[in-house]
Amino acid sequence: MEYLIIIIGAIFVNNIVLAQFLGICPFLGVSTRVSTATGMSAAVMFVMTLATMVTYLLNTLLLIPLGLDKFLQTVVFILVIAALVQMVELILKKVSPPLYQALGVYLPLITTNCAIMGVALLVFKKNFGLIESVVFAIATAIGFGLALVLFAGIREKLELYEIPEAMKGAPIALVTAGLLSLAFMGFSGMV
Amino acid sequence: MNLKNEFVRGLIRENAVFVLLLGMCPTLAVTGSAINGMGMGLASTAVLLGSNVVISSIKNLIPDKVRIPAFIVVIASFVQVIDLVMNAYTPDLHEQLGIFIPLIVVNCIILGRAEAFASKNGILGSLIDGLVMGLGFTCSLVILGSVREVLGAGSIFGIKFVSADASTILLFILPPGAFIALGFLIAAVNRLTRKRA
Repeated sequence: MEYLIIIIGAIFVNNIVLAQFLGICPFLGVSTRVSTATGMSAAVMFVMTLATMVTYLLNTLLLIPLGLDKFLQTVVFILVIAALVQMVELILKKVSPPLYQALGVYLPLITTNCAIMGVALLVFKKNFGLIESVVFAIATAIGFGLALVLFAGIREKLELYEIPEAMKGAPIALVTAGLLSLAFMGFSGMV
Repeated sequence: MNLKNEFVRGLIRENAVFVLLLGMCPTLAVTGSAINGMGMGLASTAVLLGSNVVISSIKNLIPDKVRIPAFIVVIASFVQVIDLVMNAYTPDLHEQLGIFIPLIVVNCIILGRAEAFASKNGILGSLIDGLVMGLGFTCSLVILGSVREVLGAGSIFGIKFVSADASTILLFILPPGAFIALGFLIAAVNRLTRKRA
């Protein structure tokens, strides 16, 4: 039950993109087609789960016992994430070329996706244990994917319509995102 | 280098938020009020100043292949410093900005300036570049924060100018309002800059 609340909360109520504003760059950048949006979401889920697990263990087993978590957290987390992305890319290339083909181009972009680091930091704010953190990371990534794919679907349709010159591109995308976010607000109070 | 041109470039022509669309996450997340926007903008400016100066002074020592990780370490160190300083001196603001302070690390404006400017130019130039780009970012956040605060809460910088029971458009200080307000502001900037050209 507890996990169910975390999952529904992370996917719908506190959607990482539409309610917490993390990962906006890929949300606006790679959401012009549904197929790229799906690829990006899969890559994010992969890295987010791994990154949360590793940073969680590192923080609780190494930084906190040494009393360094207040001073080194930011530096350590970003390095771990960057290294992890790099490693995942190398391993995928060797082990599963088809998966690498599918996710490859999105992987380097993920280092600067603030959703990854955001989730790694959020689990400490929320005082989650290891399993809760992993569940939270997976659910958050699903929420990210949901928002991204929905948004890409809308944008594909949007290309067919006439839009005032000044609103073309980013402005209309942002307004659309605003309406999507408004729709997601309907979920608040569910948990 | 012409100082006036630099300021025009940082504040208007290459404005990080309205023109280049960089640093969107903090822009949308912390602009529920003008004060928060300003705090975030100044914190980012401080990090940008520090990282630009340090990176431009050690640019010849960093091998080209590992420059990005090296830049990130420099930036992360400054972010950590700002985080601790804000926690000590402005605890309320620190509490409100929450995880967006450590997330300054992944703000693409800062890494972008390190890569595009500080790693190729002298210390003084990088200092000025950091200052103008940071101020441009701060101004954008204050403008967006003010618009949202005026529409959503009927106040500006925390000073209320409507009666307490007046109905304001609450939507604008909620998440959807951030997207919509920024969308229309960018459209306005597009409109104005295109007319001039």
